[in-house]
Amino acid sequence: MPLEGQIVEIVLLSLKVSLSAVVLSALVGIPLGALLAVGRFRGQSVLIVLVNASMGLPPVVVGLGLYLLFSRSGPLGVLQLLYTPAAMIIAQTILVTPIIASFSQQVFSDLHHEYDEMLRAMKASRWQTMATLIHDARHSLITALLAGLGRALSEIGAVMIVGGNIAHATRVMTTAIALETSKGNLYLAVTLGLILLALSGVINVVMILLRSRLERLAHV
Amino acid sequence: MKTLLCCAILALPLPLLAAENTILLQSTTSTQNSGLYEFLLPKLEKDTGLNVHVVAVGTGQALKNAQNCDGDVVLVHAKPAEEAFVANGYGVQRFDVMYNDFVLIGPKDDPAKVRDAKDAASALRAIAKAGAAFASRGDDSGTYKKEIALWKAAGLIPAESGESWYRETGSGMGATLNIAAGMGAYALTDRATWISFGNKAGLDILFQGDPDLFNQYGVIAVNPKHCPSVNAQGAAIFIDWILSPTGQAAIAAYRLKGQQLFFPNANPDG
Amino acid sequence: MSDSNVFPLGHPRPRKPAPPLLTAESLRYQRGGRELLAGVSFELPEKGITALLGPNGAGKSLTLRILMGLIPPDSGQVGFHSGFSGRIGMVFQQPVLLRRSVRANLDHALRIARIPRRDRTGMIAELLVMANLTHCAENAARSLSGGEQQRLAMARALVADPELLLLDEPTSSLDPAATAAFEDLTLEVAAKGAKIVLVTHDLHQARRLADDIIFLHRGRVYEHRTASAFFNAPESAEAKAYCTGTLLT
Repeated sequence: MPLEGQIVEIVLLSLKVSLSAVVLSALVGIPLGALLAVGRFRGQSVLIVLVNASMGLPPVVVGLGLYLLFSRSGPLGVLQLLYTPAAMIIAQTILVTPIIASFSQQVFSDLHHEYDEMLRAMKASRWQTMATLIHDARHSLITALLAGLGRALSEIGAVMIVGGNIAHATRVMTTAIALETSKGNLYLAVTLGLILLALSGVINVVMILLRSRLERLAHV
Repeated sequence: MKTLLCCAILALPLPLLAAENTILLQSTTSTQNSGLYEFLLPKLEKDTGLNVHVVAVGTGQALKNAQNCDGDVVLVHAKPAEEAFVANGYGVQRFDVMYNDFVLIGPKDDPAKVRDAKDAASALRAIAKAGAAFASRGDDSGTYKKEIALWKAAGLIPAESGESWYRETGSGMGATLNIAAGMGAYALTDRATWISFGNKAGLDILFQGDPDLFNQYGVIAVNPKHCPSVNAQGAAIFIDWILSPTGQAAIAAYRLKGQQLFFPNANPDG
Repeated sequence: MSDSNVFPLGHPRPRKPAPPLLTAESLRYQRGGRELLAGVSFELPEKGITALLGPNGAGKSLTLRILMGLIPPDSGQVGFHSGFSGRIGMVFQQPVLLRRSVRANLDHALRIARIPRRDRTGMIAELLVMANLTHCAENAARSLSGGEQQRLAMARALVADPELLLLDEPTSSLDPAATAAFEDLTLEVAAKGAKIVLVTHDLHQARRLADDIIFLHRGRVYEHRTASAFFNAPESAEAKAYCTGTLLT
């Protein structure tokens, strides 16, 4: 089957995996960022350092770790997640969450600086403070999401190992590019790479426009 | 923003639900890169209804994955390792499937005069003597194991002596060939990969035909006693088909750029 | 039947000679080697408006923040009479409003105060009327004029039905019209029974609003007297100098 017929399939799977990972990472990372910005608890600075350091997690190491976890002979093998898009989503979520958490912590910290005294005068609880920050800073978080999406779309080490680059099942843009490269089909590989870049560009443009529109609607 | 969230969550895939009979085949990158599976598997599915997912990695990794029960069948080309796999109880039985051969490729101007060698061993000795660049797989693959065996037969162990002309890439066959093309080096490759390889640059086949360069492929079902989760029935269907006259004929029928890449040689009694 | 016609301050307070609402005892606070409060003590009655006067660096805003509970004093304490509800509101010099509409800002404050949803709409409407902000309820809070923003900040402080309301130079950056509007609002709130402590630099404002004056200088209380007594004849030399604009800090 010529590759052209597969390109749509591959692009859609890349989007599905990476977008899902970004959504999940946001669900975890944004509240985590708010907690780190607002909270005062033991081990907080250690956690902040851990989150920041995790931004540099090598994808291939994450992939390897998850392989050992999800392998049939591993502790979570019974879940049958290996070589499925679900495992790929999990891997990318692990990679992207620190980025979103770290970035949003910075955003919330700045806003918290501004709102802190006012919220304390209102006797707001810690959770109420976090919710206030998340709500008011939500537009600034779009950049964090885009950074996370960029990382997810471009990584190959994790999805190659936990996905297996199986045709019609777990083959995404980056693993397809690696495959064509290993076949010596360099022009094709570069073309795929350009498609990936274009995709990323379009998503970025759309999100930035969306952000301005949303900001205007929300009285910022 | 909320609609995006909903769509993404709704699209969250569940683990692969095998509505039909599916097996996972652990095989090698060279076999996959040759395009054989894209030709063979649709025929197999049509005949048997079996859906085959192929994970293509180095031979060492394929066998390791299978040992970890992350596959139902293994198809690689490293007979000693395959026999050990079965002997250790990880596999049920090993069968010959097909063969092709390895060839020595290198820069067209052939500084080590490999074209003139009378056998594989002297070809390699010539390369060592000329100190010509040689790109080795350097991983645990079938090709690498064959390469080391050939060096040994020539009385050399360049991997240990750390010669500067001997470059271990630690990569798959395609990546290694890319590197060979990039630095004008010699390399050992299976013929199938070479024919389908798209970046030949200034390289060509310089030596072939020595019986030592024979490359045998074997297929093994993962042992259900070792891996209870294995799809033993699906594995049996796969192996039966690929060893059957239909499967063997299909292997022989596969052509790339007009050339036959693999030669079926299943033993009718095995 | 709800008490909404006397909202936002609940029942009018009963009239009887009452113990002081608040007693500050020997508040001390130092930072950076400098003693900012050197033993501040005073009592505040239950009703009326107390103005906290004094030159820059006297410790007025700091005292207010300690009363609010935002900053703990190094030593000394703030005591309230036994019936005190604990509800204190505060308006700062620069209003910090959320990046939302006026209505949403009030709704947020009500939610923080855990007012149930069914009561919120009605309370928001009353607060908007009281603060004269109904016409701009849907506008972005940050797009309001300075005066409107401070009235919003006041309305927000009233959400919790405070028994004690602390105002930290609320009109220092407002023009005369806005200042007048805010002062009207302040008097209305005081009339409904809240105790108000007002920090201000504006002596005319103090004359207009205050029932009694606490004069602070260099972290100490120099005087605490009724407004008329203070302005007619300040006792201390420092207060005299302050009122004539000749006090050096």
